[in-house]
Amino acid sequence: MSTPTTTDTTLLHTAYVLGLGDDALVYSHRLGEWLTRAPQIEEDMALGNVGLDLLGQARSLLTHAGELEGRGRDEDALAYLRDERSFRNVQLVEQPRGDFADEMARMLWFASYQLALYVRLVDSADEVLAGVAGKAVKEVAYHRDHAAQWVVRLGDGTPESHERMAAALQRVAPYVAELTSDDEASVWAAERGIGVLPSSVEDEVHEYVASVLAQATLEEPEPARWHARDGRRGIHSEALGYLLAEMQHIHRSHPGAAW
Amino acid sequence: MYGNDFGEPLNAAETEDYTSAVQEYFDGLIADDQRIEPRDAMPEGYRSTLIRQIAQHAHSEIIGMQPEGNWITRAPSLRRKAILMAKVQDEAGHGLYLYSAAETLGVDRAELLDKLHNGRQKYSSIFNYPTLTWADVGAIGWLVDGAAIMNQVPLCRCSYGPYARAMIRVCKEESFHQRQGFEILWTLARGTDEQRAMAQDAADRWWWPALMMFGPPDSGEAATQGHTAQNMAWGIKRFSNDDLRQKFVDMTVPQADKLGLTLPDPDLRWNEERGHYDIGPIDWDEFWRVLKGDGPCNSQRVEHRRAAHEDGAWVREAAAAYAAKHAAGEVRGAVA
Amino acid sequence: MSDDTTAAHAPGANAQGWPLFEVFVRAKRGLSHVHAGSVHAPDATMALRNARDLYTRRQEGVSLWVVRSDDITASSPTERDSFFDPAADKVYRHPTFYDVPEDVEYL
Repeated sequence: MSTPTTTDTTLLHTAYVLGLGDDALVYSHRLGEWLTRAPQIEEDMALGNVGLDLLGQARSLLTHAGELEGRGRDEDALAYLRDERSFRNVQLVEQPRGDFADEMARMLWFASYQLALYVRLVDSADEVLAGVAGKAVKEVAYHRDHAAQWVVRLGDGTPESHERMAAALQRVAPYVAELTSDDEASVWAAERGIGVLPSSVEDEVHEYVASVLAQATLEEPEPARWHARDGRRGIHSEALGYLLAEMQHIHRSHPGAAW
Repeated sequence: MYGNDFGEPLNAAETEDYTSAVQEYFDGLIADDQRIEPRDAMPEGYRSTLIRQIAQHAHSEIIGMQPEGNWITRAPSLRRKAILMAKVQDEAGHGLYLYSAAETLGVDRAELLDKLHNGRQKYSSIFNYPTLTWADVGAIGWLVDGAAIMNQVPLCRCSYGPYARAMIRVCKEESFHQRQGFEILWTLARGTDEQRAMAQDAADRWWWPALMMFGPPDSGEAATQGHTAQNMAWGIKRFSNDDLRQKFVDMTVPQADKLGLTLPDPDLRWNEERGHYDIGPIDWDEFWRVLKGDGPCNSQRVEHRRAAHEDGAWVREAAAAYAAKHAAGEVRGAVA
Repeated sequence: MSDDTTAAHAPGANAQGWPLFEVFVRAKRGLSHVHAGSVHAPDATMALRNARDLYTRRQEGVSLWVVRSDDITASSPTERDSFFDPAADKVYRHPTFYDVPEDVEYL
């Protein structure tokens, strides 16, 4: 790899942090859609908590990305005034809300990935990132546990729930590999002790999920024929455009207004 | 209705076990301003009034999640989005505290939810109005939560212990709800022309429904009808609907001035003699109409709630089945 | 727990609701757990989590207990007099019952 220039350095560092922030932002948005729709009111509370944790992470990460970038963009400018192609989240988190099994499958994979990542980011050379990770690690450990508890109950519950959980895992399967795929920014960040190489946590994430599935009496889903890629380069599924249209429209309808 | 009760009046009918000695003990506790606790014998009317009122209150919290939840995905800043999510989540929590209080009276939450879903129990009619703009989120916090707090604070001294304790928790948590609503409108009122217009429009639409939240007139001649008198004697209600409404108006009018918003009542003026604000006539026809189902969102709210419940049935069944399978092997943590 | 009692608590296929658990919260170290309310949950593991999300989201606690409401044995209001009134005349259990000279320390 050639030596990056200062501009490259800024771009790559910003891009790495934005990827983490966009993952959290977009997933918190999807979880926000669950409020008033959960299977039991206690679960409205739980999904709300997970969503709020992720939104908190997103705000810290986007703010930090804006500072690294140095072009005066704050968390709202980054969240509300970028288009699809500038979002760097993985495609898993932008998928439309499915049933409760879909959500628990997604949360199990995503929280397992986030936990493996944040446990390591605690030692990041980027002190702000290390600080965010230190707080987030406790949060995502709880998210992972929550999802695991549910996957086990749905897998080992009724024949219907077993069926639904298995189907959900199958639907989510095409989006799993992207979580632990390396991209230019993460390779750059990992080399400098700022970030973690996603591929380096792949085994850990898969082992944990496999252990949950075993307990849930579920088979590992069949490998997906197609799998999502390049979310980190701004290549998304069509769902993200609609998500952003909804999220951003009030903000964009009133340019420069304070809220 | 958010701490109010509009069902048919109930008589304190007694069951066979309800002897005069027990009645005397109950009356003594009420007279001493002591709290009634779940296992105490109580008049059937007291129990059923409380169940209905607490259930309606809980339903209001749960249905009340919807008009605001409607804006979570569109909140115009991340700070607002976080606040709104926390607030809607709080409402779920308040509903749960209240169902928990109702269950101490010997009903099951599932039973109460069924009654909500099939329309046999009501919730506050305010939530049958739509939230059309972002400013509505502010108006709900400022006016609707403001009115709710006015109703709820006296309930912290309600004679039924579990209800009073739930209300203490709710009121403590609710204090941020009203403030964040005011802050939203404060920001809008100082923003662009469009934002100011949005804030004024929201105040115009929510003012009268907020006043209706206190319920129909029940002082003066009206006090002898309905069940205000009985509920006051039982220590379930501490102030009349009209007194609470007046307190709310007196508190809110100066706040509207501060915001620079007008309230949609040409008759609204300070009455030096009474030391209170006078208001124009409330459209009680609208109130009864919306209460009886003819409001813009009645069927939408209940349908949304019912759909969530029905969509979740297989999840609840799965968890129950899992629990049944694994109950024998459940590992209990040592008490520490 | 036998399957029979389980079925009664957590009816299976057409389960309307989950059993009720009472929640006790230790607000901070050095204090006892205090009853906070109840939650519904399919089992104790989930009850603990539901209690965490409901009763400690504003840092109200450092420790939680949940116990099945059905498992609580409570004194009965009809036994009220025999349970609690006998304590009423035992004022000698309270330190204020005793007259001691005012200038004696550490009593």
